[in-house]
Amino acid sequence: MEISFVIEKFILVAILFGITLVIAMYSTYAERKVAAFLQDRLGPDRAGPFGMFQPLADGLKMFMKEEITPTNSSKWLFMVGPGLSMLTACIGTAVIPWGSDMTIGDRVIPLQVTDINVGVLYIFGVVSLGVYGVMIGGWASNNKYSLLSAIRAASQNISYEIAMGLSIIALLLFTGTMSLREISDQQHGWNWNVLYQPLGFIIFMICSFAETNRAPFDLPECETELIGGYHTEYSSMKLGFYLFSEYINMFVSATVMASLYFGGYNYPGMDWVLLQTGPIIGPLIGTVVFFMKIFAFIFFFMWVRWTIPRFRYDQLMHLGWKVLIPLAIANIIVTGVVIALVEKF
Amino acid sequence: MEPLTSKKKVLEQKPLTLAERLYLPAIGKGLAITFSHLFKKEATIRYPEEQREFSTNFRGLHSLKRDEEGKERCTACGLCALSCPAEAITMIAAERKPEEKDLYREEKYAAVYEINMLRCIFCGLCEEACPKEAIYLDGPIVPSDYLRKDFIYGKDKLVEAPLEKK
Repeated sequence: MEISFVIEKFILVAILFGITLVIAMYSTYAERKVAAFLQDRLGPDRAGPFGMFQPLADGLKMFMKEEITPTNSSKWLFMVGPGLSMLTACIGTAVIPWGSDMTIGDRVIPLQVTDINVGVLYIFGVVSLGVYGVMIGGWASNNKYSLLSAIRAASQNISYEIAMGLSIIALLLFTGTMSLREISDQQHGWNWNVLYQPLGFIIFMICSFAETNRAPFDLPECETELIGGYHTEYSSMKLGFYLFSEYINMFVSATVMASLYFGGYNYPGMDWVLLQTGPIIGPLIGTVVFFMKIFAFIFFFMWVRWTIPRFRYDQLMHLGWKVLIPLAIANIIVTGVVIALVEKF
Repeated sequence: MEPLTSKKKVLEQKPLTLAERLYLPAIGKGLAITFSHLFKKEATIRYPEEQREFSTNFRGLHSLKRDEEGKERCTACGLCALSCPAEAITMIAAERKPEEKDLYREEKYAAVYEINMLRCIFCGLCEEACPKEAIYLDGPIVPSDYLRKDFIYGKDKLVEAPLEKK
């Protein structure tokens, strides 16, 4: 392993980490602004022009507050909960292809931290691990309401993971590969997977709303019913980690949706643009288009939050087990039959 | 049991159609409604650059009035302090000296007159109680400050319009 390879990956990881944190930070700002505009009011607009420095003010506030640990909680688990949440949120971005290969001089730099050939399975595993942070937080708080909320969160997460996995299986039947780079390459130009798997996309989207504990599936953290849910007892930076990891999860979900179904860094007319702009700027334009798709999804997440009322727990379970799983299985069967028929002729 | 009004409402509970059971079309309509709010004018008033208009009866900051010759009306009778439900007004009376005849209307005046704006509830009972029509609550909203002692408004500070000739 040459030193230049290590340096290149290191730089990629650092840039990616920085971008993830900045996007999560400004997602909090965008959430408040979008929520405000959807409700006929202004959001924060005092901290800097149009309130742009509000996330910095929020971050500073989080740092300055007092850290309170409940007396009878397990100290180690109390600290591990938010850390685990943040860890699983951040490592999800490692396998996503951010752009086509960049050629600087005679080096080809793939804009992806690592291209393992089980990329989809990796993302799936990381998303499943995300539920541990919530459960540990709820248990370690020594508060029966936090525990109740953590139980609800865990059950919600594992119920919707199944439907998510099943909808991805249909996609894998279609693409034939689990590597995210190859899935993105297959969606060259107009050939986005959502055109071939619309039902799968809808199921995947509903499940990713549930996985990120985002409205209308935000029962674990709804303030009207459970005060703060699993993060009631947390203060200062640990709370900051929980809230931040939720936004990072939202970012990663939007990224996965965009790269699996909406073509990732591909856009119609990309060959012409790549020819015009050369091997350095061309892939970066693909990356910019990718980010525009991600921001559109993040906006959609926020848009849905302020439109649909929250699900009741039994409605949530009914939807996850009795509606989405049969639909996903039907999707797999139909996809399989169609592919077999198409190959025959 | 007999219905209480003559209007009778029959609730029709038809089973949901397929489109309704999917929920997605209804969600789509809801999303369209929410989206349209992005383009409507916001109802927020950007205080303090913009301010709402007050009604004519709005009770704001107090001011001790003067009469047509510019003499202070207040005679430190203490009826406003007596009527104040929050005990916000305190005063110290003094006797008018002969050379101060142009300053005060009657022989008794308020040498020290203080209203604690943190106690005041802006009810206007002092304005109703005053026999000399000396105190009126016709000013703006009391601005914020940092220290508790800065909220005790004395005569020279903001309680008065006396320093300007009306």
